[in-house]
Amino acid sequence: MDIDQAKTNKKLREMANTMRQDLISMLLKAGSGHTAGPLGMADIFAAFYFHILKHDPKNPFWEERDRLILSNGHICPIRYVAMARSGYFPVEELATLRKFGTRLQGHPEREKLPGVETTSGPLGSGLGQAAGIAYAALMDKKKFRVYCLMSDGEQDAGNIWESAMFAGKNKLRNLTAVMDRNNIQITGMTEDIMPLESIRAKYEAFNWHVIETNGNNIEEFIDAVDRARAIYEKPTIIIAHTIPGKGIPEIEFDFNWHGKAPNKEEAKRFLHELRTIGGKITSEHQ
Amino acid sequence: MNKHLVQNLFEKEKLEMLPTRDGYGKGVVKAGEKDQRIVVLCADLAESTRSHWFKEKFPERFIEVGVAEQNMATIAAGMANYGKIPFISSYAAFSPGRNNEQIRTTISLNNLPVKIAGAHAGVSVGPDGATHQALEDMALMRVQPNMVVISPCDAIEAQKATFAAAFNEKPTYIRLGREKSPVFTTENMPFEIGKAVILREGKDISIIACGPLVYEALLAAEKLEKEGIDAEVINLHTIKPLDKKTILASVKKTGAVVTVEEHQIAGGMGSAVAEVLAMNLPSPIEMIGVNDSFGQSGTPDELLNFFGLTHPSIVKAVKKVIKRKVT
Repeated sequence: MDIDQAKTNKKLREMANTMRQDLISMLLKAGSGHTAGPLGMADIFAAFYFHILKHDPKNPFWEERDRLILSNGHICPIRYVAMARSGYFPVEELATLRKFGTRLQGHPEREKLPGVETTSGPLGSGLGQAAGIAYAALMDKKKFRVYCLMSDGEQDAGNIWESAMFAGKNKLRNLTAVMDRNNIQITGMTEDIMPLESIRAKYEAFNWHVIETNGNNIEEFIDAVDRARAIYEKPTIIIAHTIPGKGIPEIEFDFNWHGKAPNKEEAKRFLHELRTIGGKITSEHQ
Repeated sequence: MNKHLVQNLFEKEKLEMLPTRDGYGKGVVKAGEKDQRIVVLCADLAESTRSHWFKEKFPERFIEVGVAEQNMATIAAGMANYGKIPFISSYAAFSPGRNNEQIRTTISLNNLPVKIAGAHAGVSVGPDGATHQALEDMALMRVQPNMVVISPCDAIEAQKATFAAAFNEKPTYIRLGREKSPVFTTENMPFEIGKAVILREGKDISIIACGPLVYEALLAAEKLEKEGIDAEVINLHTIKPLDKKTILASVKKTGAVVTVEEHQIAGGMGSAVAEVLAMNLPSPIEMIGVNDSFGQSGTPDELLNFFGLTHPSIVKAVKKVIKRKVT
C-alpha cells in the first residue's frame, strides 16, 4: 500500500469514528431509533460517501451520480450523518432527527430529503428499486453504478428473492448489493428466527457473483467494491460481515440494541468510549 | 344527450363490443410511439392484459418480470426514479392487490409516475371465479395519497385514459375489464383526467357511474324516461381526483343520487361520491355495487344480473331514492 492510500484509509477510519459520535448524539436527542445497525455500518457509509461514490453533495440530482439505495431504511441515521458530513446539509440539522417538521424522518423519504434516493423502511423493496434503476441505466448506456445496501434480516422477505432473480436474469453488472451480515434482527438472531445460511450459496444459485468481506475493515471493503466493478457478466453481492454496535464494546453483538436509542447516561459512556477509542487516548476534549 | 355518444346508442346488438383492456393495449402503444421513456412491465400475462401489442412493437422496452407482482412494482419504481415512465400490467387482483404495500411505499410515497394497469377487474371476468375478480382495487388505490384512479367506461375511453395517464407525471391506477362491453363513446368525446362527463342531462335524479356499467346507467335513464323520470347520467371516469364541482352541481339540481360501479360498495366510487355529498350537500343516495361479497364463476351476464349491477336494478334504486327526496 502506498503512503497516499494509507493516509486515505486513516482519514476514512477517523471519519467513521466521528460519524459514530454524531450518531450517538443524534439518537440521544431523538429519544428513539436504531443503534446497533447504524454503528455496525458506519465504516461502510464512510467508505461510500468519502471514497467510493461518484456524487456531488451540492447537486443531489446530478444525472450521472452513482445511486446508493438503502433498502433497510431503519439504519438511516448513519446515512444522514454521512450526508451531513459530506456536505448535503449542515451537521446541526442532525439534531432534528425524528422531530416534527424534520427532513430527517424516522425512516427516510425521497420527497423530503434530496439525496436519499428512495423511501424505505418496509423491508425487502430496495433491491427491486435498485435493479429497476440499474436496468434503466443499462437501457440508456449510462456509466454510473447502482449500490443497494440491505440488512440480513430482510432476506426473509420474498420480494428480495424476486428481485434477485430479476437481477440475475438480466445480468445487471452495474448493480452491486451489499448485505449487512450482522446476524441480528429485531427479535433475535437471524439463524433462530429464519435461518439464512447458506446465504452465499443462495445468491450464487440466483446467478450472482458473491464476495465476502469484513464490513468493519474499510480497506477490505473498498477492495471488495473494486473487485465487483470488474465482474461483467453478473450482478455482485458483497456479504459484509459486520459487528452490530461496532465501536462500543458493551453493546456489540447484542440484538437488544437493534431498535432502541441510548439514554443520557449510556450516551455519555458511549461517546467517551468513541472519543478515547476505548481508552487508547487519554486526553479527551469534550 | 351528449353529442359524442354513438348514434345507435340503444341498439346494443349493433354496437361494437370490445374489452376496455384492448383500449389500454392500444393506448400504451400510442404513448410509446410518442415518448421513448415509456416502458411496459408484465407479470407473465402479456396477452391477457394486451401488453403484448407493446411487446411486439417495442420489444426493447418491454420487461417480463415473471409471476412476481411485488417485484414488478419495485422494479417499476426504480425505473421511474431513474426517469422512465413505466406501465405495470397484471390482473387487478394481483396488482394492485398482492403488491399493495410496494405500491404504497415505493410508488405513492415516492410520488413516482408508475402507471398500474389492472385488468380483469369486476365480476364480469366470469368463469375464472372469485380469486380473479378484483372488487376492492379502487378502494385500495384511492386511499393512497398522490395516486390517481381512473375507471374507463369503454375501449375508446380506456385508450384515451391510458394515453393521458402516460403524461400526467403522477402515480396512476387504470382499472380495466376482461369482458367485451359496448363501445358507446366516440373518438371526439373529450377526455380529461379529473373531469367527469355529463352524458345525459336530467332534472330528477343523478345517476353517477364508472366503468362499462356507465352503459347500463344510460339504458336505465332511457327506461326511466318512459316512466316520466328525467335522469342525469354522469360518467365519473376519474375517481381520484374527484370532480366535486360536477357532482355537486348535478345533485343540487336533482336532489338525489344513484351510484353504479362493478366494485365493492365499501370504499369504491360510490363511497367517494357519498363523502363529498355528506360534507357539502347531504342528499339521499343509493349505491349499486357488490355488497360485501366475493364473486363466483358464471357467465359475465349471469354474474352482473346476480349481483344486481344491470339497468333493472338501477331503475329500482332510482325509484327508491326519489321517494326519499326532501321536498
